Amino acid sequence: MAETILSIEHLKKEYDGKPVLDDVSLKVKKGEVIVIVGPSGCGKSTLLRCINALEPIQGGEIRLHGEPIGSSPKQLATLRQKIGMVFQSYELFPHLTVMENIILAPTKVQKRTKADAQTEARTLLSRVGLADRADSYPRQLSGGQKQRIAIVRALCMHPEILLFDEVTAALDPEMVHEVLQVLLDLAEQGRTMLIVTHEMQFARAVADRILFLDDANIVADAAPEVFFDTPVSERAKNFLSTFTFERKNKNSQDAALRV
Amino acid sequence: MPDLGLEVLFKGKNMLRLLDGLGVALKISLIAVAISIPLGLLLGILMTRKNPIVRALLRLYLEFIRIMPQMVLLFLVFFGATRVFGWNLSGELSAVIVFTLWGTAEMSDLVRGALTSIPAHQYESGAALGLTNAQTFFYIIIPQTVRRLIPLSINLITRMIKTTSLILMIGVVEVLKVAQQIIEANRMSSPGAAFGVYLFVFFLYFIVCWPIGRLAKYLEKKWV
Ligand SMILES: Nc1ncnc2c1ncn2[C@@H]1O[C@H](COP(=O)(O)OP(=O)(O)O)[C@@H](O)[C@H]1O
Ligand SMILES: [Mg+2]
Repeated sequence: MAETILSIEHLKKEYDGKPVLDDVSLKVKKGEVIVIVGPSGCGKSTLLRCINALEPIQGGEIRLHGEPIGSSPKQLATLRQKIGMVFQSYELFPHLTVMENIILAPTKVQKRTKADAQTEARTLLSRVGLADRADSYPRQLSGGQKQRIAIVRALCMHPEILLFDEVTAALDPEMVHEVLQVLLDLAEQGRTMLIVTHEMQFARAVADRILFLDDANIVADAAPEVFFDTPVSERAKNFLSTFTFERKNKNSQDAALRV
Repeated sequence: MPDLGLEVLFKGKNMLRLLDGLGVALKISLIAVAISIPLGLLLGILMTRKNPIVRALLRLYLEFIRIMPQMVLLFLVFFGATRVFGWNLSGELSAVIVFTLWGTAEMSDLVRGALTSIPAHQYESGAALGLTNAQTFFYIIIPQTVRRLIPLSINLITRMIKTTSLILMIGVVEVLKVAQQIIEANRMSSPGAAFGVYLFVFFLYFIVCWPIGRLAKYLEKKWV
């Protein structure tokens, strides 16, 4: 049985006194790929942001390797090196080249040498098919390319867990696939990941576990086949039905014609 | 060919005197700019702080300076300071004070604008990579702010240089004042001198401000 890397216990998060996450508990094992789904505004982003301590929490505890995550600047820097995060909006630094974007944190935070960081950056870039873009500026790249770079930038810090918050939500449809393919490759490599996405086919393909978040809590925690094929709760059924389309009269008309 | 009065420029030391006048105008603007930039940076950063009292005070200062015509400010400092406090400020010093007050106010607003135009996710991306607040500020926020700021502050500098034409009103002999003196002195011998002399003044302002404006345009393009 793989060790537990991350554990969340009775997490409580409020905005202006309104609970957004209420008594959320979760254990993440090494190598696990967890996909978090749920209606918009249910707190998926907030959960990821709490794990990375970008948001203060109002109750409960988040532990990394059994150690509670602290709040001093030093503890935060250490924590965030171990947790890589990629957001929905393209958040590359526009004044830096792709290469400079990638090696900034490894050289400034981890104090690695420039040469060492660059070598690794090149390897990672070629793995996502962007070896020739090292000297480009973000404005010269497509959305899909930017997101792949953002993923490389996170990877170059050697994180133990990767958090992805709807990384394809702002992309044109033809670019979604190239980015999700990178996530699939990472899953194949045995990375530990928490992925928030609205791409249900992808979720089914990549996930070891699906978490369904609704009403400030985890209402389902199941293997993808179970979650998608035999959803138990009414809310999960309703949620999944928003991804399928049905024209009620179409079949009956067919039937009428056939008669 | 009509008499453009250009020959007056070549009489005696007239040309040199006009250049000296330009020198005075540039000196005052540059001193004011040199003081305004650090002060403006400081106030601009303070304006993005949460403290409502500090923000209100700075806002009030900015509005006050903006509403006042520069001429009124000049009179207020030059004549007012003598009357009220008994200070005998020279015209040049009064001009430096007024241009610094003005430059600091405008600069602080430019800094505030540039800082707040950096999206919040730039800070968060830095934090998520493990950079400390200071590192995020230093490597991510400041370079982007400065890139937005430089073209804008260059425009402010040209505005300042142009506005120095007002300081002849408090007795500073800058380029426009010299021009008036030359025209006055040659009223009998070359009545058409006004055109030639003012044309030359125009040319002087142009050769100073035009390259500065081009530089701002260039940097703006390069850094968008
Ligand atoms: N900074 C904030 N201040 C106040 N409320 C917020 C803030 N961020 C998010 N919320 C609220 O918290 C809830 C959960 O938001 P979020 O985690 O972004 O949802 P999701 O990512 O699942 O769409 C929403 O109702 C949202 O309006
Ligand atoms: Mg979200």
